[in-house]
Amino acid sequence: MWSLSHIANEIHTWLSNTFNPTWTLVIEMVLAGVAVIGLFAALGLVLVLMERRVAAWIQIRLGPNRVGPLGLLQSLADTLKLIVKEGLTPDGADKVMFNVAPFIAMIVAMLLMAPIAFAKDFQLWDLNIGVLFVTAVSSIMVISILMAGWSSNNKYSLMGAMRSGAQIVSYELSAGLSIMTIVVLTGSLQVSDIIHSQGNGWWIFKGHLPVWIAFITFMIAVTAETNRAPFDLAEAESELTAGFHTEYSGMKFALFFLAEYINVFIVCAIGATLFLGGWMPLHFGSNNAFNDAMDYIPSSIWFFGKTFCLIFLIMWFRWTFPRLRIDQLLNLEWKYLLPISMINLLLTTAMAILGWHF
Amino acid sequence: MFLTDYIKDVTGAVKSLATGMKRTLYYFTHHKEIITQEYPDNRDTLVLPERFKGEVVMPHDEKNEHRCTGCTACELACPNGTIKVITKFDISPEGKKKKAIDKLVYHLELCTMCNLCVEACPSDAIKMAQTFEHSVYDRKQLTKILNHPGSKIMEGVE
Repeated sequence: MWSLSHIANEIHTWLSNTFNPTWTLVIEMVLAGVAVIGLFAALGLVLVLMERRVAAWIQIRLGPNRVGPLGLLQSLADTLKLIVKEGLTPDGADKVMFNVAPFIAMIVAMLLMAPIAFAKDFQLWDLNIGVLFVTAVSSIMVISILMAGWSSNNKYSLMGAMRSGAQIVSYELSAGLSIMTIVVLTGSLQVSDIIHSQGNGWWIFKGHLPVWIAFITFMIAVTAETNRAPFDLAEAESELTAGFHTEYSGMKFALFFLAEYINVFIVCAIGATLFLGGWMPLHFGSNNAFNDAMDYIPSSIWFFGKTFCLIFLIMWFRWTFPRLRIDQLLNLEWKYLLPISMINLLLTTAMAILGWHF
Repeated sequence: MFLTDYIKDVTGAVKSLATGMKRTLYYFTHHKEIITQEYPDNRDTLVLPERFKGEVVMPHDEKNEHRCTGCTACELACPNGTIKVITKFDISPEGKKKKAIDKLVYHLELCTMCNLCVEACPSDAIKMAQTFEHSVYDRKQLTKILNHPGSKIMEGVE
């Protein structure tokens, strides 16, 4: 079989036969790091282009169509421009913090890649608290934003960072609670367990209304957590020029920009894993012709297909809804999403105990 | 009471958001109806909207005659001093002095295309043209004299 796990196993066998176990581990770690960085670069290029195209089509425009065939090289040209630009550090800035902040954003994004299952048996680290790990690490993101805002020594940056702090801290609650519904139904925090529990149908089909509500709250909460419109108060270009990354330029700005898109990918991958079965093909019941037909489509295509559908959903939000004010944003979380997801969690727990789901 | 209001709030919000998303999905799936134009490529076939205003021109007929009487109504109407009418006195064959324009100076760089001069003109001597490629390297070239050299006023325009 030609699959990602097969390639990984081949490489592992070859390395184990050639080197001793320690060197095999070291080389495999380096390879995994390179693969993650490569994926980051590819995702950055693809997602920026996709965002611009989706935006253009929603606004009845054409979008980038000059650089390369159909404008496909546009994001590559943008990257080239950002690389050659000067990375300026303002005089009044706290230099160490200012320069470290974008890297913390990237490190968080890289750590979040660890428990994601990209294909069948293809995962960097299937730790037994995978979902908890993701929710815990993703909250470090706010530290990089606060660092960037504080060290810039700029009122707009600081305001953007404070808004972002309030926003991420509050929306993590409802994101966490909606993740909890799936954990309750599965009875495990391990990503592979969650995916295998969806072998006879994804949770969005098996879980009835509570899972639907959890899915919707999850999508809203992660849109807020990744600081994307309609919750992009941290940037709010009409009020705060560019929010927390006002003072950044060149590659340091590009790292923040990239981290935003990587985070979008990661939260969509988590959403796809929890609600849409990750790499699990579309199955109904067990052992029938339909399931076998679906199994012919490679698992990596299922995973990336679902993830990109969710990414499109988030982009669709961005280009449809107007930005919320900070009080509306916090109202939405504390008065609506949090109570709803708490009651929803109770409902799901009752459903899981009484066995009402399929 | 509170609970019904609350639920109404939530359902109303979901409904209105769904309406918006339906609209944008329609636009997304009908991306062939593009409202922007690929300008430098379609220069030959470019169709501008009827009301597009590019610059003020003074139409001349084939005998090199215009309709401007030199009344300076346009100069007075212009909010930012774009138009300067320099008048002279023509001596008619009967020996009468008659006011006419020497030059109608038009500063394109000051013009906001507000159309007030065209509305003020009592004899329809000036109008708005649809040309818009006005970039030049020297701003002196943006100061234009609208009446052609050697032109004179059309018969019967007072």
